[in-house]
Amino acid sequence: MRVSLFVTCLVDQFWPEVGTATVEVLRRAGCEVVFDERQTCCAQPAFNTGYRDEARAVAERFIEIYEETDADAIVMPSGSCGAMAHHLPELFRDDAAWLPRAERVAAKTFELGSFLVRELGVEELGARFDGRVTWHDACHGLRDLGIRDEPRRLINAVEGAELVEMNAADSCCGFGGTFSVKHPDISVAILDHKLAELRDKEVDAVVSGDVSCLMQIGGRLQRQGSGIRTLHLAELLASGVEA
Amino acid sequence: MSIVHSTRPFEEDAKKALADDTLRGALRHATDLFAGRRLASIEGIDDWEDLRERGRAIKEHALFHLDRYLEEFVANGERAGVKFHWARDASEACRIVGSIAARVSARKVVKAKSMTTEEIGLNHALEGEGFEPVETDLGEWIIQLAGELPSHIIAPAIHKTKGQIAELFVDKLGIEPTDDVLQLTAAARKVLRSYFAESDLGVSGVNFGVAETGTIMIIENEGNIRMATSLPKAHVAVMGIEKLVPRFEDLEVFLRLLPRSGAGQHLTSYQSILTGPNTGGEGPDELHVVLLDNGRTGMLRREVTRQSLACIRCGACLNVCPVYQQIGGHAYGSVYPGPIGAVITPQLAPGDRSSKLPFASSLCGACRDVCPVKIDIPALLLDLRAKVSADGPALERRGFRLWAWMMRSTARYRLGAKLARLFPWAWRGRAGAWTDARELRPLARRSFRERWKRGELA
Repeated sequence: MRVSLFVTCLVDQFWPEVGTATVEVLRRAGCEVVFDERQTCCAQPAFNTGYRDEARAVAERFIEIYEETDADAIVMPSGSCGAMAHHLPELFRDDAAWLPRAERVAAKTFELGSFLVRELGVEELGARFDGRVTWHDACHGLRDLGIRDEPRRLINAVEGAELVEMNAADSCCGFGGTFSVKHPDISVAILDHKLAELRDKEVDAVVSGDVSCLMQIGGRLQRQGSGIRTLHLAELLASGVEA
Repeated sequence: MSIVHSTRPFEEDAKKALADDTLRGALRHATDLFAGRRLASIEGIDDWEDLRERGRAIKEHALFHLDRYLEEFVANGERAGVKFHWARDASEACRIVGSIAARVSARKVVKAKSMTTEEIGLNHALEGEGFEPVETDLGEWIIQLAGELPSHIIAPAIHKTKGQIAELFVDKLGIEPTDDVLQLTAAARKVLRSYFAESDLGVSGVNFGVAETGTIMIIENEGNIRMATSLPKAHVAVMGIEKLVPRFEDLEVFLRLLPRSGAGQHLTSYQSILTGPNTGGEGPDELHVVLLDNGRTGMLRREVTRQSLACIRCGACLNVCPVYQQIGGHAYGSVYPGPIGAVITPQLAPGDRSSKLPFASSLCGACRDVCPVKIDIPALLLDLRAKVSADGPALERRGFRLWAWMMRSTARYRLGAKLARLFPWAWRGRAGAWTDARELRPLARRSFRERWKRGELA
């Protein structure tokens, strides 16, 4: 299967290792990976903050790039950007010209973990990670795309990794895009409530499907001097394999 | 009084709430309890999702044809002896209730818990005309005694601890100090019973109105609503026009949805189903229904905002909202707090303070998952955000325009990324909102696209 990777702007700029790991994992799952270098952003920051004109401008470009692809699927290491791609038809609801184009692209777009399990039927990827990990359900992947079991199945198939469920794994980390800087106090209060659930779990890493949540969680853990790492699902699935 | 009761910015109210450890402890306990009970109460109900879908569909249909169903409701209610009053806004509604109170020469007015009467500020208005409105729901009464406002749709005193309530009762009722809940409740009951006996007017809200029969239904657990609507000579029910369902049998759907979504009960202790006044020697001599618009018809016009009127005021979205769990109801500065409050308030009471509320959400979507009538609250929040972005902070507006211009071109995107690396001080200095409590991950030395281009992934 030919897969076009949308790496997301955050991964591209802040956490390229997640992109590298995503390529590795997709290849191991038998995919041919292509990367369209014209890509930028999925338009979510503007859409979620209420700037619809700006969101449409960026979304149009996203659609233009990906409607041309000859790949079978567009895959991204993010449930949040994946959910945005699925919101595109809503953004162009009243636009007869763009709506069908938005729908076509949305239908081809997948989040990495759910793509592996649902579309490829792959769980075992030969990864090895020695340690206790917990899974944070990123909200948009969970509630917009219905991703709950897939990442857990993938983690359970990682040799050496022990999945420890925290209480309320599906509660928000408080990131919420511009919410995290518009209301930093509330954002951190929500986060601290979430992190309190980790206290006696003795985990080595928090794993999630979105680097945005991981930057929120990791940024706080680091400030608190915690030794708990943050790992993207792709990084976990690519770990312990000799290239 | 308006729906919006705070004059301070939302950020300030939220900060105050976050600094109140007692409040946050009480909130944590109560929201977890309600959310847990809700889950337990729907466990084993195989058709829960169907039920939600039926609830949604009934509400959508009723709202789409609201004009027709209102006429039907009034015609059938009048046949049963109900006297209807139309109120365009809060002050008109308060005037109507005040004139009924004056006509039946009531002094004490016993009140059933009702969000709609909170919305119109009825107590305040009645007091202004010399009446003495008394809340008879225990939680509401506690709030009234304390001179506070409700902080939750179904649990108005959710922010108060047992100890705080005991202190209040010692102070206001002169009881002996105790923290025994039974004794506290008994003290409240004794006082409230005497009010029921003295009052000539009972005021309530309405959970559902049935167009087909002109019936109103009110549900509760304490029995005070049953008393307030049956003991006094007259009963006035204040009802938002959106509360209609077409058929009597529709009540069955909502009687299964609402108690479970609210307090996690299979059924509330009391369901008062009232069709007209005094039938067969029971109930009040007069039954008045005040039909309140107060901004609702404006919400009917668009499909996306029309959804907001489907709300059955169960409060489930509050209990699961990460923001509400941290700051509680008062910080929203509105009679209607939480996710649904952030949606309703700016529509019912447009203004600077209320227009900020849709931004008080991480858009996590937990509210949408629990809503018994499947209101897409995140979509509504986004819609309301879009409405005010044109008046957003100038720096933010310019920022997003620049951002869009950059993101529309790969060359500009790459240039921006390069500049951000060359001049980190230019933006990192502005990142205080993030870095006060969190480390900010540094930009990678080389982006993914550079690595790809160099063939590092081949």
